[in-house]
Amino acid sequence: MKLTTLLTSAVMALGLATSAYAEDKTKVGFVYVGPVGDGGWTFTHDQGRKAVEAEFGDAVETVFVENVAEGPDAERVLTQMALNGADLIFTTSFGFGEATINVASRFPDVKFEHATGYQRADNVSTYSARFYEGRAVQGHIAGSMTESNIIGYIASYPIPEVIRGINSAYLHAKKANPDVEFRIVWVYTWFDPAKEADAAKALIEQGADVILQHTDSTAPHAAAQEAGNVVAFGQASDMSQYAPFPRVSAILDVWAPYYIARTQAVMDGTWESVDTWHGISEGMVGIGEITDAVPAEVKAEALALKEALRTGAYHAFTGPINKQDGSVWLADGEVADDATLAGMTFYIQGIEGEIPN
Amino acid sequence: MDLSSINPVLLVASLMVAATPILLAAIGELIVEKAGVLNLGVEGMMIVGAICGFAISVETGSPIVGFVGAAIGGALLSYLFVILTQYALANQVASGLALTLFGLGLSSLLGQGYVGVRPPPTPQLDLPVLSDLPVVGPILFSHDPILYFGILLTAAVWAMLKFTRVGLILRAVGENHDAAHALGYKVVRIRTLAILFGGACAGLGGAYISLIRVPQWTEGMTAGAGWIALALVVFASWKPWRALLGAYLFGGITVMQLNLQAAGVAIPVEYLAMSPYLITILVLVVLSADKSSAPASLGRIFHASN
Repeated sequence: MKLTTLLTSAVMALGLATSAYAEDKTKVGFVYVGPVGDGGWTFTHDQGRKAVEAEFGDAVETVFVENVAEGPDAERVLTQMALNGADLIFTTSFGFGEATINVASRFPDVKFEHATGYQRADNVSTYSARFYEGRAVQGHIAGSMTESNIIGYIASYPIPEVIRGINSAYLHAKKANPDVEFRIVWVYTWFDPAKEADAAKALIEQGADVILQHTDSTAPHAAAQEAGNVVAFGQASDMSQYAPFPRVSAILDVWAPYYIARTQAVMDGTWESVDTWHGISEGMVGIGEITDAVPAEVKAEALALKEALRTGAYHAFTGPINKQDGSVWLADGEVADDATLAGMTFYIQGIEGEIPN
Repeated sequence: MDLSSINPVLLVASLMVAATPILLAAIGELIVEKAGVLNLGVEGMMIVGAICGFAISVETGSPIVGFVGAAIGGALLSYLFVILTQYALANQVASGLALTLFGLGLSSLLGQGYVGVRPPPTPQLDLPVLSDLPVVGPILFSHDPILYFGILLTAAVWAMLKFTRVGLILRAVGENHDAAHALGYKVVRIRTLAILFGGACAGLGGAYISLIRVPQWTEGMTAGAGWIALALVVFASWKPWRALLGAYLFGGITVMQLNLQAAGVAIPVEYLAMSPYLITILVLVVLSADKSSAPASLGRIFHASN
């Protein structure tokens, strides 16, 4: 018992000593769910980290840990990072939420930022991007380009963010093509190329000629390319190595400006716990180059839709929209409020199947 | 629900692809265990094979050279196991686990520069008339060469174990290494060759994932396939054809559950996701009721002085 106490205080002292030593530099930590080379989600966060380094040069020091499993292991990694004197820590996956809150309560002087989360505290901010705006543009292109009228969707986990994406893509695909049908496969992973490839192949075998994905690898693109006439979209990063076909466009995550602003706030001592949810208009969501494989008029419509979303003239969820069971969700002209969107756990009318729970 | 959208022909064709990595690794491990050695490092050898095959085929532009490299890579890693268990007489279970952990780490290191790279495509067999036959064509005549190699290997291993003198000696070493030694067979040498064969097969299985099934390199991409192969060998009662059946069953249900999901079947996804493991184990447990037992010397350390 005594030894443990002694060791704990020794570790604490060490931690304090390190943070005291590192006081001249602001230390920013990043915890990633996948490898930095995933070519998707984690890759874009790491681009953000590099932008922070480029912006502040010697005034900051960044550290990152990749491939951190969601759950208890994340807590260990976060504790380690905080003990090593990090001033600001970004945890970049939904599943790090509990761990972030737990560790934040033990290190009140360290600032935490949890991506796509909903739990906040005095030293925990949340931030996310309105990916559903990108999904709207993607859905429009998908609906316009499908010839079999079957669109395959590789979904990761049944959480509001993923469901929101499915709904937004479906809504806009349906507007472009009333006969469109969605086939949804849940793979329960953010990043597992073998599983994603299998899911893409299963969807293609069932007649899907457009594959949308909410997982982070390029494996579905490889499957689409092998099939020959199947369209795919970049997820999180541009995935331009598969352009101009099968990858015809992409939803881009642009974290750099936010990371730079938050690091600046810590340096200035103006950091406060906030909930940020930025979209196309703030530049946190981008649309990757629409290639020439897309017909010119579809491209023009897609860009017009993007512009309307950017200026705020149009909201991706504008009524009339019914829920899957046929009950009214949004009346004609009504716009979805952020609270409902943030907690979305239902499909809209027309999507078949049930959301697993 | 729309079951008619599932195309049985394409389903069979893609289950064969999904099963091949496990089959290759399982056949290799079957030989190793028949020789009386328990190598738990299949996962490690597979992932090293996956990166060796990927890196070599990217550098040379030839998938076939990549597969050869993968087999060599897997065999090289298994030689570490040979040194540990056959010469240093270390515990096989511990050495095998160490091999898996080492393989996972080594492959991440080797793969640093290959993330996000596209490998050269492996050509599919394309026979002018046969590949265009209505049902048989897609199932039997339009795969990649490695898939056929897996089936041929199964047949060869079966024939070798059953009909040849080499098979008899291998089994003798696995059943009773002291007796085999007394008869003048080189137990250590035979086991070494068996382990190297197992490593090469596991390496091929790994490369099949990184070069054909996905095709891409990512850390830890074998995702437990090696462990499934290990379990298959036991449940298949050390019989090659049953290993093939088990691998196809596992591959089939893996592919089937994704198809069912896409077709909108209202079974909870979690049950579908665990079904491949459950059903494969169930079927093979029922099959193994004929009391064929493990090689008697499995996992025991041999030294000529004992």
